Amino acid sequence: MKLTLKIWRQKNAQAKGSMQTYAIDGVDGDMSFLEMLDVLNEQLIDKGEEPVVFDHDCREGICGSCSLQINGEPHGPDRLVTTCQLHMRKFNDGDTIVIEPFRAKAFPVIKDLMVDRSSFDRIQQAGGFISVNTSGNTIDANAIPINKHDADESFEAATCIGCGACVAACKNASAMLFTSAKVSQFALLPQGRVEATQRVLNMVEQMDKEGFGNCTNTGACEVECPKGISLENIARMNREYLTASLKG
Amino acid sequence: MSLESRLPKGPLAQKWTKHKNDINLVNPANKRNIDVIVVGTGLAGGSAAATLAELGYNVKTFCYQDSPRRAHSIAAQGGINAAKNYQGDGDSTYRLFYDTIKGGDYRSREENVYRLAEVSANIIDQCVAQGVPFAREYGGLLDNRSFGGVLVSRTFYAKGQTGQQLLLGAYSAMNRQINRGKIKPYNRHEMLDLVIVDGKARGIIARDLVTGELERHSAHAVVIATGGYGNVFFLSTNAMGSNVTASWKIHKKGAYFANPCYTQIHPTCIPVSGDHQSKLTLMSESLRNDGRIWVPKKLEDAKAIREGKLKPTDLAEEDRDYYLERRYPSFGNLVPRDVASRAAKERCDAGFGVNKTGEAVYLDFSSAIMRYGKEQAVMNHIENPSVDTIRELGEKVVENKYGNLFQMYEKIVDQNPYKTPMMIYPAVHYTMGGVWVDYNLMTTIPGCYAAGEANFSDHGANRLGASALMQGLADGYFVLPYTIGDYLSKDIRTGKISTDLPEFDEAEKNVRTTLEKLINNKGSKSVDHFHKRLGKIMWDKVGMARNEKGLKEAISEIKALRAEFWNEVKVPGTMDEMNPELEKAMRVADFLELGELFAKDALHRNESCGGHFREEYQTEEGEALRDDENFMYVAAWEYKGEPSDAVLHKESLEYENIEVKTRSYK
Amino acid sequence: MGLLSSSIARKVAMALSGLFLVFFLAQHFVINFTSVIAPDTFNSWSHFMGTNGLVQFVLQPILIFGVVFHFVMGFVLEIKNRNARAVKYASYKGSANASWASRNMIISGLVILAFLGLHFYDFWIPEIVHKYIESHPEDPTRYYAETVHKFESHTRVIIYVIAFILLAVHLWHGFASAFQSVGFNNKYSRGLKGFTKAFAIVIPAGFIFIALYHHINHLIH
Ligand SMILES: Cc1cc2nc3c(=O)[nH]c(=O)nc-3n(C[C@H](O)[C@H](O)[C@H](O)COP(=O)(O)OP(=O)(O)OC[C@H]3O[C@@H](n4cnc5c(N)ncnc54)[C@H](O)[C@@H]3O)c2cc1C
Ligand code: HEM
Ligand code: SF4
Ligand code: FES
Repeated sequence: MKLTLKIWRQKNAQAKGSMQTYAIDGVDGDMSFLEMLDVLNEQLIDKGEEPVVFDHDCREGICGSCSLQINGEPHGPDRLVTTCQLHMRKFNDGDTIVIEPFRAKAFPVIKDLMVDRSSFDRIQQAGGFISVNTSGNTIDANAIPINKHDADESFEAATCIGCGACVAACKNASAMLFTSAKVSQFALLPQGRVEATQRVLNMVEQMDKEGFGNCTNTGACEVECPKGISLENIARMNREYLTASLKG
Repeated sequence: MSLESRLPKGPLAQKWTKHKNDINLVNPANKRNIDVIVVGTGLAGGSAAATLAELGYNVKTFCYQDSPRRAHSIAAQGGINAAKNYQGDGDSTYRLFYDTIKGGDYRSREENVYRLAEVSANIIDQCVAQGVPFAREYGGLLDNRSFGGVLVSRTFYAKGQTGQQLLLGAYSAMNRQINRGKIKPYNRHEMLDLVIVDGKARGIIARDLVTGELERHSAHAVVIATGGYGNVFFLSTNAMGSNVTASWKIHKKGAYFANPCYTQIHPTCIPVSGDHQSKLTLMSESLRNDGRIWVPKKLEDAKAIREGKLKPTDLAEEDRDYYLERRYPSFGNLVPRDVASRAAKERCDAGFGVNKTGEAVYLDFSSAIMRYGKEQAVMNHIENPSVDTIRELGEKVVENKYGNLFQMYEKIVDQNPYKTPMMIYPAVHYTMGGVWVDYNLMTTIPGCYAAGEANFSDHGANRLGASALMQGLADGYFVLPYTIGDYLSKDIRTGKISTDLPEFDEAEKNVRTTLEKLINNKGSKSVDHFHKRLGKIMWDKVGMARNEKGLKEAISEIKALRAEFWNEVKVPGTMDEMNPELEKAMRVADFLELGELFAKDALHRNESCGGHFREEYQTEEGEALRDDENFMYVAAWEYKGEPSDAVLHKESLEYENIEVKTRSYK
Repeated sequence: MGLLSSSIARKVAMALSGLFLVFFLAQHFVINFTSVIAPDTFNSWSHFMGTNGLVQFVLQPILIFGVVFHFVMGFVLEIKNRNARAVKYASYKGSANASWASRNMIISGLVILAFLGLHFYDFWIPEIVHKYIESHPEDPTRYYAETVHKFESHTRVIIYVIAFILLAVHLWHGFASAFQSVGFNNKYSRGLKGFTKAFAIVIPAGFIFIALYHHINHLIH
């Protein structure tokens, strides 16, 4: 396959960036999208140019590092995959592919396609935990039975990989899906209920502070989320937030 | 330096308790004056940091990713072992201990392994309290599955994302401490050297990967929890950034490196598809609970399949060779990893491979699908179900258990594993070897500790499935935070360590020199070029089967490649910016040294054990042949300038509570 | 505004005001529809609405407040949301993952707002002038004729139709969305969604029907 790539290049956070065009040949359908970029980078290095910088690590869709906006969609046109799991067989010979960083005020660009998602960490730090000591003096794991349905739903919410595609896809750059996934995971477990009130208030406050947009319920996040995190989590968080606010 | 393993005396089952009672503690008020650096925020580092902070120490954490949540532990799929005996199938601390020692082919310490088994149950309690959503049964209690090399069901899991859930648990515990101000996280920071002052580890030099700046950080103790070094093979199931750098730097400063040649080659990975391949993807071992491994019985069928003329589903039952079930009737598809991997290699080498490259075997779920389907039909009172209905019901059950793995497979290979068997092949996965540590997890450098996959401690020559997560969390939550007190109790009056000490100057200068050398080296070949060549040497000559001749060649080839690297490598960009090529270059430079020591260790070990298989030492049936007389020891290597000059120290292993036998899974 | 300092609170307020407007709309429709089937009823209900103290001095201000609150908040949210993405994408494929209606609430909202301006100018201001400034004595039968008269103009009917099409678009997303905003998403949501979508089509279509009915009636006679 021969492809034309239009890639956002930006030297550092302060620099002004721009789209640059590259031609690449010999792309194989079995390559992942990132392997295709590896090939491009090898070519750039050979030519004495600077390779394109992007985040990646596990390359199997679980670490949440990779974060590319491909042809106007986070993680590209395929569904329920991350960029590293997107394979080139989804594209055709002669295609032009536009590659940009995830864009949001709360995700400033570090370099080229790499963005700073520490805002997500700060949301978690504001309350994304259960306050138990980790030194091991706790009750037996089976002391509190948990309804399988709740446990499964909690797990589903907990599979969020913190990639930020929800923010990138949202026209408002809202982080509601991400935040609600964590709130839901704990809200559904008896262990998490204890601090539920304070947790949701603190996490939402931090989310707002970071400069994410509001939710318009367009549902774009759910469609683009590589882990299929459901919008129900956002409703649950709204509910949790309302009751928490009323409780004060 | 001699190897002092500080193993407690007394009966096995009481050693850990007794040890905890005997070691010195630091009082809470004093802990506030003590700083600890934790490098690595995977399961081991993340959990250690959280508990240390909770105990009151001031903790700084370092990781090269943008968030602790992305550490490589996140990728672990199948599960975590614990001797809870919830299934009532005869499990116990002793049995977990026994299985682990046997699985490790009698090359690990009894004391460490027993402690691991002992605290394992606590891990599950801890994680559940933290909100880790493990899989449950309808009654609301925790569910278990079984893993290779054992006869009980003791593996706790969260679908195929156990590592993710456990890591997010540790990350949340860290977040709680960050919120309290007790942990200060340094993400996108890479440790590039250890600073030793008066013979003690007192800090590190780290590079801020965003700005490129070199930073000095001081502390009273340094914990290395930076994971394994499987990426020395270039292609492995490890994350792209997994590296040996931190371990190697401390090795060069005096920490012995133990058993570098013990590498686990995981039997169920997606086969290599082409030259562009950047990493390999694991298909969890849990799949062997339900999948049956086979190749065609006849060479001509295998050939026809490779050429695309025959489909696996068209092959009759009697034309299939379920070689694991045939060779190991009692463990069948659930033999340990090393055994399963070698068996796959043996079949493929004999010409029975089933993909284009001839390096793949089948992992087939059709029997399981039908079996579950029938069960479901009975449970749902469906009378005379059609084959299609049964299949459909069965596929649902399988989807519930392994849905995400099947999806992952389909995305990569573009085949539907519900309908046609998966293709798998062994790949480098885990390194049992690592930094040598004593019972307290301290390396041979006072004040420098190693935890998790980075140390060598618990798995001997082969790790059992679902035991790495267990070890990482045991080290981090329950062992290291206590044992470290023994050392730190002598440091309560030391006060803050200054980063202006000449030792910091020196270390920083050395790091800077290396970085400059790489940047200014106007070579012609990229870093990956060298990494791939190193990987090929390792895989061909130091991989699943090794021999003297190959190992000797590997040693000289790696040496030559290293020299070429330093002359010819080309690193674009500058030092003072985000520069991933420079990061890679630093890591590959260390791999090029480790690779040689690795081969040297493999060459010296004239026996086959666990993941280390020397072709010269095998039984007539092709099973590994141990030499307990001469090799029942831990090989701890001391750095002396060049890898070839490394000096061997032996820590002999004593088995008092377990009878040393030939490992058999027949 | 302390209460509305969080994004979720703002969103809930938006939803509640929206739901209130939906309720009002339904009520308004029922009254208007009587102009087609029973002009006398229309007159008497309109008379009641126009003269009842509770309606005029309590409900009407609430309604006005609701409308103003809703669109002001709509603008506030829109501005905040735009700011949340300082650098725009070169290529943004919104249609791949969300409906046009949901992505353009501000556009449909603005059209409705413009229409409301006209509506005020057409009905509400004359009413106020008629009742409270010029202080005409109340004639309980005037409403029908006045209303029908308004629908004689081509332009006005066209504007009316366009506005209600956009109201349909607004509600197509907005009505269901409001439930999600207040945290209602469960096994009943599917059914509810069906109802909201039907409402979003039927009610605006009904308003359009009334306008066309009177207009065509006028053309025929
Ligand atoms: C695909 C896969 C599946 C697996 N499945 C299972 C399973 O089912 N059950 C099981 O028990 N085990 C499994 N394992 C093994 C297990 O996941 C690992 O052994 C374990 O998670 C290692 O944890 P760790 O904390 O030691 O290191 P890691 O999780 O690798 O963490 C390393 C940390 O060190 C940091 N770091 C590294 N180098 C530096 C540096 N120079 N400077 C600063 N920071 C640095 C990294 O940023 C990271 O935070 C699996 C492994 C793989 C690859
Ligand atoms: C007056 C002009 C109007 C403007 C400018 C306007 C604007 C908006 C905007 C921008 C939103 C989206 C808010 C968000 O981002 O979530 C919205 C939502 C909504 N609007 Fe309007 N609107 C107007 C009139 C109306 C009317 C007349 C109705 C009902 C009859 C209505 C019902 C709704 C509903 C139900 C919602 C959904 C609230 C939610 O998602 O929670 N709007 N409006
Ligand atoms: S909710 Fe989905 S899209 Fe958003 S961060 Fe989590 S995994 Fe990524
Ligand atoms: S690189 Fe880890 S999710 Fe893509």
